[in-house]
Amino acid sequence: MTPAKVTTGAMAAVAELPPFLPFYLGALLVALAPARPQWLRPALTVLTPLLGAANLLTIPAGAHLNMELLGYELNPLRADRLSNLFGYLFHLAAFIGAIYAWHARARGQQAAALLYAGSALGAVFAGDLLTLFVFWEMLAVSSVFLIVGRRSERAMQSGMRYLVVQVLSGVLLFAGAALLARGGGLTFTAMRLDSAGALLVFTAFGIKCAFPLLHNWLTDAYPEATPSGAVFLSAFSTKVAVYALARGFPGVELLIYIGVVMACFPIFYAVIENDLRRVLAYSIINQVGFMVVGIGIGSELAVNGAVSHAFSHVLYKSLLMMSMGAVLYRTGRMNGSDLGGLYKCMPKTTLLCIVGAASISAFPLFSGFVSKSMVMSAALGEGYGWVWLALLFASAGVFHHAGIKIPFFAFFAHDSGIRCKEAPPHMLLAMVIAAALCVGIGCWPWTLYQLLPFAVDYAPFDATHVVAQLQLLFFSALAFVWLKLSGIYPPELPSVNLDADFVYRKLGPAALKKITALVQTADRALRRRALAATCTLIQTTRRLHDDAAPASGDVTGKMMAAALVVFCAALVFYYLV
Amino acid sequence: MTAAHLPVLQVVAPLLAAPLCVMLRAPLAAWLLTCAVAVIAIVIAAILLFTVTAGDGAVLIYALGGWAAPWGIEYRVDIVGAFVLVIITGINLVAVLCGRASVMREIPAERVFLFYTGWLLCLTGMLGIAVSGDVFNVFVFLEIASLASCLLVSLGRDRRCLSAAFRYLLMGSVGATFILIVVGLLYQMTGTLNMADLAARLPPLAQSRTLQVAFAFLTVGVGLKAAVFPLHFWLPGAYAFAPSMAAVFLAGTSTKASVYILLRFFFSVMGAELSFDAMRLHWFLLPLALAGIFAASVAAIYQSDVKRLLAFSSVAQVGYMILGVATGSGAGLAAALVHLFNHALMKSALFFVVACMVLRVGGARLADLAGVGKRMPLTAAALVVSGLSLVGFPFTAGFISKWALLAAALDSHGWWLALLVLASSLLAVVYMWRVVEAVYCAPKTASAESQTVTEAPLPLLIGAWLLAAANVVFGLSTELSLGIAERAAVLLIGDAP
Repeated sequence: MTPAKVTTGAMAAVAELPPFLPFYLGALLVALAPARPQWLRPALTVLTPLLGAANLLTIPAGAHLNMELLGYELNPLRADRLSNLFGYLFHLAAFIGAIYAWHARARGQQAAALLYAGSALGAVFAGDLLTLFVFWEMLAVSSVFLIVGRRSERAMQSGMRYLVVQVLSGVLLFAGAALLARGGGLTFTAMRLDSAGALLVFTAFGIKCAFPLLHNWLTDAYPEATPSGAVFLSAFSTKVAVYALARGFPGVELLIYIGVVMACFPIFYAVIENDLRRVLAYSIINQVGFMVVGIGIGSELAVNGAVSHAFSHVLYKSLLMMSMGAVLYRTGRMNGSDLGGLYKCMPKTTLLCIVGAASISAFPLFSGFVSKSMVMSAALGEGYGWVWLALLFASAGVFHHAGIKIPFFAFFAHDSGIRCKEAPPHMLLAMVIAAALCVGIGCWPWTLYQLLPFAVDYAPFDATHVVAQLQLLFFSALAFVWLKLSGIYPPELPSVNLDADFVYRKLGPAALKKITALVQTADRALRRRALAATCTLIQTTRRLHDDAAPASGDVTGKMMAAALVVFCAALVFYYLV
Repeated sequence: MTAAHLPVLQVVAPLLAAPLCVMLRAPLAAWLLTCAVAVIAIVIAAILLFTVTAGDGAVLIYALGGWAAPWGIEYRVDIVGAFVLVIITGINLVAVLCGRASVMREIPAERVFLFYTGWLLCLTGMLGIAVSGDVFNVFVFLEIASLASCLLVSLGRDRRCLSAAFRYLLMGSVGATFILIVVGLLYQMTGTLNMADLAARLPPLAQSRTLQVAFAFLTVGVGLKAAVFPLHFWLPGAYAFAPSMAAVFLAGTSTKASVYILLRFFFSVMGAELSFDAMRLHWFLLPLALAGIFAASVAAIYQSDVKRLLAFSSVAQVGYMILGVATGSGAGLAAALVHLFNHALMKSALFFVVACMVLRVGGARLADLAGVGKRMPLTAAALVVSGLSLVGFPFTAGFISKWALLAAALDSHGWWLALLVLASSLLAVVYMWRVVEAVYCAPKTASAESQTVTEAPLPLLIGAWLLAAANVVFGLSTELSLGIAERAAVLLIGDAP
């Protein structure tokens, strides 16, 4: 076997495994573990991130592992500050998600979740494009089980669409890698957008990152996932893409514009959307927009901001997703129009949800504030005044749809009359851990800052930042109250909102149907002619030879006609050339 | 002494075993005999491959009856032939040794000896195609193989297998007749039937009208045999209604032998210069290949029977091989050859898995397989591994093919062809996902719920996993597959550009 040439680098690395390996082994164990005792598989799922973290802590920045395939050098483990930070983050998210999913009994779900988290880690520690591609596809394949796991017809269909888009992203990445491999090597480093290969890779990242017009898979699929599945989904896929952009295209100016659009346009959809988990899905795009802007600016402060925002985003978005998942788990409903008044029966969930809402809205002393302000300061510092303004607008919008709307419509608003139990203890525990981290990072940002890829010289809590942010939040809240009271705020209605996926969900199939019909008519006519000609031929032959047997059957005729057509075409072709 | 006779022994062993099989009659004895032949065949094929790869472009020549070519009939084994021999005998070995339970279930006991007789004759035909150095002999072996495989198809349980077999017979005969016409035309022009001799005499006749007609007949004849789109209509029915093990064997080998004939005729007999520079064969094949890849993949998506689905996928995969040839470059030809090898592995692995499931569930419709993953976890896992290989996932054999084809496509036609190839692999994801979804995610039906559905018997399981594991092994180690394919491509193209 060729990949015998495996060399480990850096220091005396005896025990260090590539970080995805503990997760893949964990997934295998979960898949094979007996169904009883019931706690065995959830326990394995929770234990895996802990063991993985123990392994990750032994991996120093600069460690690497090489092997060879098809004459290319592969690099399944390359650790530096950037990848290590995402490594810690994904372990944390997997751990929280695993606790949250303690109640899940479906074997496939647990194994898929671990496989999914492991693939995210594999992608983050991949040193070359081919390894990245492998984990990119594994992310797609493993996560689709978290969506179809809900087993509803809607979930099945949306899972299929999700899979096709995700695999398409992988295929583009692969094509880009193949082109780049011919120009140089497969090493995954910073690239310029000047070759077809880099452009393909960029598009692949863009799909997973939910760039505008490429984003519909996210808002389509995430709300259809299982309650615990959505928590995992919101943590990994887009953040792997953010990592990949930060690694591959820092400082590409195009990203600033893309990021600004991403930060702004989902707000409008989020405000009119009724399904609260879909609101959160839109707000993922909005938050990722901030990170993309940071990467596009590309200065040390901006990249630090983007990366740290990814870190805090995963925590508070999981927290919000978990609180909504708990509501879905207890009530079975997710539409704002059906919910309301739940604070009476789920007070703890309400409180934890508000912590998440405060974090995403970037209240001072909550995690969103310390990371988002870095991106905004960087935009201002690098002379992008209008970007700063747009982001300011986006921040106000976030507070609107995620900070107020989510807790308001789920737990307050009009009383829906639903009386359910408080979320189960393991869900509360998971949410408490996430909430504690949100507050912790918000109050002691330096612990996060010292993990960042570049040295940080930034003080989040100076007077201008705090006052500006508080003003923003205050006026935004005022706007919400005024709009709500004056009745202008769009009411929560059960409806489907038209987005760009209209093109491939409705227009595409309709056009395809038209074209197919056209082709079919033409084909039928052609075949009828050919068949008629053949029949005449046969009839003539029969007349000439009385005892000739008829060659019947429509398929046989079809086959013969095809052979005849190809033969004539070949004859003409060879005659002409 | 014996070593010199190996090329002919390769064919004679199964040929003699076939009538013996009819005389033995007992199912067990017939199976044991076929096993023995399978072992002998692969040993000979391995020795042949080792011999021709050991030297630098060595060719083993065997003159039948001591009559030297061009008067006598000659067997020639070069790297290309030996490569195909190893593929055919390898798939044959696994299918024969491990597939007995499936055969015993699907074939009435009193007809088992007929099944194995047909099997041996089919093997004879395909091995003969690969060793023969004489165009008329190729035709004879082709007829043996296709008549025998019609017999195999017609032994299926479903009554509809008869009409499928009839169609197969009809189209096979048309294809063979076309090839016979080519042989006649070539003989009329040059007065020889020996391949090497033909290769020397044909180039001056490049402008001849007769040669152009021969080319047209040849294209359609081998196209029919290899199920090149749109000449593939016989294939889905034949594979879907054939007994499961026959489907494993035929899917893994029969189109491969036909593609081999195509390569042999266009490259060795006509010569790359004539085929590509004068006749522009690649421009004729390219649209057919692309149309086949897309049309057959789309058709596969809409199938409700897994065997039919896999059969349509085979048509698409033949499209990839033709595409490799149609790039007109050495790299493309190597890609076609390596895909020949890898596709044999993945498709026979998939049909093997389906055979296991059919044995337990009783049908191969997607609805029959719903929820089988829980009852037959090991079999289902083999399905996933070989399915990944079909889709072209890294570290599987399918990836090696795709990578090689992609590189060749980029070199010859640029990125648009590469993108088309990649886009088509998305279709493969969709149809394989439908199978995986049915096996794992779909709610269990009554048939899968019943207690009789358990893991497949051990020999079948071993067979499925041997083939699935081969997909992974050849995804990691490319020395045997890609290494030999590259050398074979150099040999076929010769010194021509």
